[in-house]
Amino acid sequence: MRQLLGRHLIPFTRAVFILICLFANLDRSAGLTLCNNSRADEQFSLSEVAPGVYVHFGKTALMTAENEGDIANIGIIVGQDFVAVIDTGGSVREGCRFLAAIQAITSKPIRYVINSHAHPDHVFGNAAFAALGATFVGHANLPRALALRGPLYLDAFRRTMGPRLIDEVELIAPTLTVERDMRLDLGRRALTLKAWRTAHSDSDLTVLDEATGTLFAGDLVFVRHVPVLDGSIRGWLAALDELAGIRARRVVPGHGPLAEWPGALADERRYLQRLARDTRALIAQGIPLAAAVQAAGATEKLQWQLFEEYNTRNATAAYAELEWE
Amino acid sequence: MRGKFAILCAVGLALCLGAGALRAQTPEADISWPELARDIFKGQPLNDGKGLLSIEMPYRAEDAAIVPVTLRIALPAGDTRSVKTITLIIDQNPSPVAATFTIDPGISMISTRVRVNSYTSVHAVAELSDGALYVVETYVKASGGCSAPAAKDTQDAKVNLGLMRFRQFAAPKQAPASTPREAQIMIRHPNNSGLQMDQITHLYVPLFIVDRLRVWQGDRLLLSMEGGISISENPNIRFAYRPNGAATFRAEASDTDGHVFRAEWPAAQSDM
Repeated sequence: MRQLLGRHLIPFTRAVFILICLFANLDRSAGLTLCNNSRADEQFSLSEVAPGVYVHFGKTALMTAENEGDIANIGIIVGQDFVAVIDTGGSVREGCRFLAAIQAITSKPIRYVINSHAHPDHVFGNAAFAALGATFVGHANLPRALALRGPLYLDAFRRTMGPRLIDEVELIAPTLTVERDMRLDLGRRALTLKAWRTAHSDSDLTVLDEATGTLFAGDLVFVRHVPVLDGSIRGWLAALDELAGIRARRVVPGHGPLAEWPGALADERRYLQRLARDTRALIAQGIPLAAAVQAAGATEKLQWQLFEEYNTRNATAAYAELEWE
Repeated sequence: MRGKFAILCAVGLALCLGAGALRAQTPEADISWPELARDIFKGQPLNDGKGLLSIEMPYRAEDAAIVPVTLRIALPAGDTRSVKTITLIIDQNPSPVAATFTIDPGISMISTRVRVNSYTSVHAVAELSDGALYVVETYVKASGGCSAPAAKDTQDAKVNLGLMRFRQFAAPKQAPASTPREAQIMIRHPNNSGLQMDQITHLYVPLFIVDRLRVWQGDRLLLSMEGGISISENPNIRFAYRPNGAATFRAEASDTDGHVFRAEWPAAQSDM
């Protein structure tokens, strides 16, 4: 068995090596040419939700070749001197369309590219911004999360979205990381970044634009789109109370429409509480994981989009966590 | 000079794209089951295990990091043999052998959780007391979305390392004492597969897994798991066994860093 383990380990690590070399090579040889659409694409909306705050709302869907990974909300905040980008979309193609739309709005330089967490729909567009001289910013856990999950994501999405969209994706880790809180100045416009303990994921970061009270919550907040649990349900429920204390007027959720604050949290809190309560009861009854995850949270079905796609998965993660209580 | 550089770039890019395409056309699906089976079982014939062994997994791996798998043993009436070992193989995972269970004849069910990297066949091969091998198979679709066969909370992963929990599930009411009972053993461990490479530092996350877990009922070894990298974080085994009246259950686990974890629990009253 050891021999077998070894035999299959080696080609895999070699494949990872080759992939990394390829990306490094692509970076150097392609550089700016990754984006060859300098003109804004009218199909790509980037709308002003508050003065100087623009958001592109992703589709409520899974990432596919057809939607080019365009499923998450991404946006910019424009200060007196600089622009901050918050998330870059689910493919370099989307990132390039986003960049073109930004450049049609403002000629100010992009100083920061902030990633709200490590999931592919939020970071796969990073390469579109790599040659601009911007500083990449993220949670202190983000480099590790990208290192651990990045190659797995590339493999998985190459299969579902195809090599055309995925081969140009580069995993770009932040060089400016946030342990707890950080303020960034865009020129008479301050952003407050906050790194969260494990909740939706283990690299969640929020961005508050103090001038307009607009909170970019990343995937700590879902509206209408069922919340997706990839971190800790207990951590997320605890974070909700703290989130609610943030003095904002509106929230740009990671998925779903713009919503008022903190009212936007109510549905998500109800869902996570229901899921936790159901799961705890099923564990107490001794129902095995495979059966329990079909039942937990089921009463929430009609309240959410993409419920079928994610609820069983959320229940699986919740069960494996709550079993240790 | 500039032209030459452009050509070099173009060649470099073509190589990249070419290699990418090559990789896309030759996914891991090239690892065929006959080839794997030959490697693992050294060419021994595999019989159809239907009616003797079954494997249950969800059709879709909802969370790639935690995919439940249940193995049930039911030898036909009159078959006096017993199952000695069951090997669980996730064909397309980087290291296909997920675990080998060596079991007491009283074990009739084993359930655990595995990582699934890709669309894959999953095989369970039972070795019977006469040395004959029997195979059953199922198929799992990879999960969609942002689920990855990786740890959810890397910060928390080493907290309580090696902590074990044992739980006996309630027996059906008024069942005779010999009725199979279910119990579960779980151990806190990140089970890092050690395959991932940090792209920035080019450092590996070292292999750090529970490689052996044994459970005794009194002095009798009920089951032993030799685990590989496909076993989920916080390894968890639920099993059905025949009670032998022993007063305690005991477990011992070891990991690839040389830790040994031991724990013991009283039978019946524990955590009902």
